[in-house]
Amino acid sequence: MIQAVDKPQPPSDDKRWKIVDATMRRNGHDRHALIETLHTVQESFGFLDEEGLRYVANSLRVPLSSVYGVATFYHFFTLRPPGAHTCVVCTGTACYIKGAMKIVETVSQKYKVRPGQTTPDGKVSLLTARCLGSCGLAPAVVFDGDVVGKLAGPQVAERIERWVKS
Amino acid sequence: MTPEELRHKAAEERTAQKRYKHCLNVCMAAGCMSSGADQVKEALTSVVRRYGMEEEVPVRAVGCMGLCSAGPLVSVEPKGVLYQEVKAEDASDIVTSVNDVPVKRIHCPTDTPFFTRQKKIVLENCGKVDPERLEDYIAADGYEALLKVLTEMKPAEVVQQVTISGLRGRGGAGFPTGLKWGTVSKAGTGQKYVICNADEGDPGAFMDRAVLESDPHRVLEGMAVAGYAVGADRGYIYIRAEYPLAIKRLRLAIRQATRAGLLGNQIFGTTFNFNIELRLGAGAFVCGEETALIASIEGRRGLPRPRPPFPANYGLFGRPTLINNVETLANIPTIIRNGGAWFASIGTEKSKGTKVFALAGRVQNTGLIEVPMGVTLREIIFDIGGGIPEGKKFKAVQTGGPSGGCIPEQHLDMPVDYESLMQVGSIMGSGGMIVMDETSNMVDVARFFMEFCMTESCGKCVPCRVGTYQMHELLDRIHRGQGTPTDLELLKELCDVVKNTSLCGLGQTSPNPVLSTLRYFEHEYQELIAAANQAHAATPAGEVTR
Repeated sequence: MIQAVDKPQPPSDDKRWKIVDATMRRNGHDRHALIETLHTVQESFGFLDEEGLRYVANSLRVPLSSVYGVATFYHFFTLRPPGAHTCVVCTGTACYIKGAMKIVETVSQKYKVRPGQTTPDGKVSLLTARCLGSCGLAPAVVFDGDVVGKLAGPQVAERIERWVKS
Repeated sequence: MTPEELRHKAAEERTAQKRYKHCLNVCMAAGCMSSGADQVKEALTSVVRRYGMEEEVPVRAVGCMGLCSAGPLVSVEPKGVLYQEVKAEDASDIVTSVNDVPVKRIHCPTDTPFFTRQKKIVLENCGKVDPERLEDYIAADGYEALLKVLTEMKPAEVVQQVTISGLRGRGGAGFPTGLKWGTVSKAGTGQKYVICNADEGDPGAFMDRAVLESDPHRVLEGMAVAGYAVGADRGYIYIRAEYPLAIKRLRLAIRQATRAGLLGNQIFGTTFNFNIELRLGAGAFVCGEETALIASIEGRRGLPRPRPPFPANYGLFGRPTLINNVETLANIPTIIRNGGAWFASIGTEKSKGTKVFALAGRVQNTGLIEVPMGVTLREIIFDIGGGIPEGKKFKAVQTGGPSGGCIPEQHLDMPVDYESLMQVGSIMGSGGMIVMDETSNMVDVARFFMEFCMTESCGKCVPCRVGTYQMHELLDRIHRGQGTPTDLELLKELCDVVKNTSLCGLGQTSPNPVLSTLRYFEHEYQELIAAANQAHAATPAGEVTR
């Protein structure tokens, strides 16, 4: 039997849950705040794990299935922990016709990762983005949040090599 | 803030700006930032300080100056000297030459068509005001339009001005904005909402991002005016989470405006209240569709629903809701200040005003441009864009993103407006314009867009979910050189089915890139298929190619 719990307890005494709580409180624990809350969880922990999804579901009184549905519907949310560094290759139209796929191929082959995967040592995640809006600088790649434009495969591989060696 | 305080503040700020002899504006929009504009700004600031010129030559961070491919850009105002590809080492040369001739090595001439052919309404403040300072916007007549509607106009008069202006939705479909506002304002009383659609998902489009990063207050003002006109007291901006800089600046702008009493309760001492909240998207292209966007703001999966009822009657939380695109709302303050008739005098008969385009791809000058409706594609690509680099030949220009089409050379002299683009099999779209040269294969381009639609299909309706997948398979097969003439027939048939039976705009327009490439470049499909047939015939019996 499911019992209505007045105030669900955070999964752990990690301080970051306080940030998540603050987001939910700011929105009055309204179920409309589900996406906002998931954003905060991902921002604080880097990804969404089952514990977190359960906690958010209980706190906002949304069925876990809906929370899982939302978390998997939107591309921005990830259920797996990211690597220590992330390399996001833009594959928007402008980047595509200027050779973004060659960059993806070069990196994929050299580090044996497909887009969306992380290297076995957990150091580098390779991701692709729909469009960064940096079309003026095509092809563009984001290295740990820094957008760098007008790149080619070897230059990207070189930057990743620095991460791998560090 | 009272009306007098606003005018006082504007006058005060203008005098303060006049006190300076020169002003160094550094573009701090996303494009230039990723080429190192922040280091340039730091270097300029320290050089100015070293020479003790802080009182004469301030260094300001401004928004997008348009020519993104030549970033980082620095301009010296009021002389109007523009520097391109500036590095931190150039700082002292720039500062020492403010009173003198410009530094030749990095000087960017501004008498080229790229600058002279543009007409700026939406972007009038971009590259001129500091997006993080409310005072800058106020000095540029900011919030004058809001003051005017609140103190001098009735809501119906505001709707009338927008109707007269002939403004049409800049998100892509081109629905008359005045009509939309009128419907929402007549949709009963009680709670209503205004939503600003900043979920700019089209690959190759960055107009909304540039406006939000360079002039966020303009959008807030447009929303407040819209709220007054339709009777809403609450606004939401639905913005992509992939635009962190725009989000940061919008948050700041909302805080500044609320603190100054330009948003919030009893604005300018009237009974009008308007609050704006930010809602982050999470990477779903379909959320640009209005009903899916509403679902997403309500915290659900972004699935569209059949219309009617339209959001104007039954929208966010079941209440009448006005949804406008960023660029549409950014036009509003200028329309109110100058009147609808002034706006209607620009552009063509059915498409009024200007349009911002994000020019990218195989073209010399990539960046953000704003042109009056009715200029030709040739002018945009060859005059403003500077033509195709490396002596390559022009092949096609793609407008409207995954919902648009590829326009070939023979239609380049056509005026750009909603109807003509539709006629040649493309759409205006939100404003992405990607130029392709002879190195691009059109089957590959069609496949690229189909893959996009396939991954972005929300899965609610069958034609889109299954149809886009099958079309992608067919295109992929043809592109790999394994297609047959039957595949091409099937592809054409599927285009028809998906176009006519999908639930929302995503599915209905997803065949457009295929249809337009088939219309103008069918020979490329045929060549691949013919080559496949020959290869097949040459294969010894018993071997399977597929």
